[in-house]
Amino acid sequence: MADQPLIYARGLVKRFGEFTAVDGIDLDVAPGEAFGFLGPNGAGKSSTMRMIGCVSTPTTGELRILGMDAVHDGPRIRARLGVCPQLDNLDPDLTVRENLVTYARYFGLSRAESRRRADELLEFVQLGDRAGGKVEPLSGGMKRRLTIARAMVNDPDLVLLDEPTTGLDPQARHLLWERLFRLKQRGTTLVLTTHYMDEAEQLCDRLVVMDGGRIVAEGSPRSLIETYSTAEVVEVRFPGMPEAGPRFAAALEGVGKRVDPLPDRVLVYVDDGDAALAEIHRRGLEPSSVLVRRSTLEDVFLHLTGRTLVD
Amino acid sequence: MAVTRGVHPTIAVLERHLTLYRRLWQASVFSSFVLPVLFLLSIGIGVGGYIGRVQGVDYLSWIVPGVLASTAFQIAVGESTYSVLGDFKWVRAYHAMRATPVGPADMVRGHLLYLVFRVTIAVVAFLVVVVFFGGLHSPWALVTPLVCAFLTVSVAAPVMAFAATIDHDSYFSLLFRLVALPSTLFAGVFFPVEQLTAVLRPLAYASPLWHAVELCRAATLGRAPAWPALVHVGCLLLWAAAGLFLAVRAFRRKLED
Repeated sequence: MADQPLIYARGLVKRFGEFTAVDGIDLDVAPGEAFGFLGPNGAGKSSTMRMIGCVSTPTTGELRILGMDAVHDGPRIRARLGVCPQLDNLDPDLTVRENLVTYARYFGLSRAESRRRADELLEFVQLGDRAGGKVEPLSGGMKRRLTIARAMVNDPDLVLLDEPTTGLDPQARHLLWERLFRLKQRGTTLVLTTHYMDEAEQLCDRLVVMDGGRIVAEGSPRSLIETYSTAEVVEVRFPGMPEAGPRFAAALEGVGKRVDPLPDRVLVYVDDGDAALAEIHRRGLEPSSVLVRRSTLEDVFLHLTGRTLVD
Repeated sequence: MAVTRGVHPTIAVLERHLTLYRRLWQASVFSSFVLPVLFLLSIGIGVGGYIGRVQGVDYLSWIVPGVLASTAFQIAVGESTYSVLGDFKWVRAYHAMRATPVGPADMVRGHLLYLVFRVTIAVVAFLVVVVFFGGLHSPWALVTPLVCAFLTVSVAAPVMAFAATIDHDSYFSLLFRLVALPSTLFAGVFFPVEQLTAVLRPLAYASPLWHAVELCRAATLGRAPAWPALVHVGCLLLWAAAGLFLAVRAFRRKLED
């Protein structure tokens, strides 16, 4: 068990009629890892997550979760998973605490154990004072925390989080990240999907970038940046953009490794921002504003999946 | 990490419904208990005063088992429509269960057990009231809750299958108008089915409600039912078995992709 991956997939495919949502992916997720799926809408992240959660059957390919076959051992696998779905499905007519106790019973926990777990988890997600209240008046962040508490109720070996912080305000996101980080520290294996780069950088030890149902890149956030981007990015704006954009972009050619002209600014991917800036001035170019920053996963993401809007 | 097997998933689903019911029971008292009693008073005594005797007994005594079974029928239909569709569509409670070891069969059986519980309470309360009106004529009346439990499953299971198949609640009005209401009117609740023209009578025979009404009437009046009792029970079981099969299949299809 110890050296066996928690998730093992080979040639995993999911088709809905003519549409191929997941187009032959391989995965290995080790115990204790925080693993992320990154990708634009429709990349196949959620379809993959649903197959891992054993609620959707792979069209073809091999998928083993916790050493068991995802197709045949669904109930046994699900007994050891915690799932935080993209759409909240809490029971609005039950209290906060009843939501957890009811859910714990689905896993066969005794009544006393269910209550104990519920109270413990409500403290963990900082909802102890709302235990007796209804779910409906809770804020989006509180509901999501409750859903995460619910996903933890069976003390799972693997927690699946589908876009855990989508739609939350910054305070709620940071609180949630902090809680998820604690889970990670305790050794819980986390698998999450996100299209927030900062979330992926904060939480994931390793991630894959998906696009069009395929994995287009894989690695740690740092190694992905090193592989697919440069250390720094210089963002320059010129008077007369966007019309003058192409002319300036051409003039910047060769300053760095790559030039990415956007309507409002030109991005220059470089190893040394200050040296690049000196070169820009040496060429007699006079930007109206300049920003030198470190490369982020967002640069990797946009480089790999393109800037075209998907939906 | 071994999860202790403390409770069967079907029972866990039943518990969810009971937890919800604890919050809503006051609202259901009127429709499942007060309403049948009002029915009994108005039609059994009011209308019965003009009718006199039917098949050898006073109309009130004749109609008691009919109202009894139709109460079970109403609860079975009413509680298997919007609440099932809603747990798929709005609350998504079944999707939440789907992520756990709870399977489609547990969801269906848990809901049916809950309805049997609801119906039993309503039916027993109704029987207690009826005793004071002198509406029960045989100790066999004690088996009527069991008959109503069978009826509940044989009606609720196919209705749940229907509710899990449709995508929009407007289909329920078809069910209420074309199936539920005619069943109540023509399945021997208010008048003997022999009054129906020969063309319509098979519809009554096909209805699970008629078989339950016949069994309940035989029990409260202490006489033999229209057909052999085992045939009536068999018809109810047939409906229940077919309904269960269809409901579990519909739930599975709705939740898989």
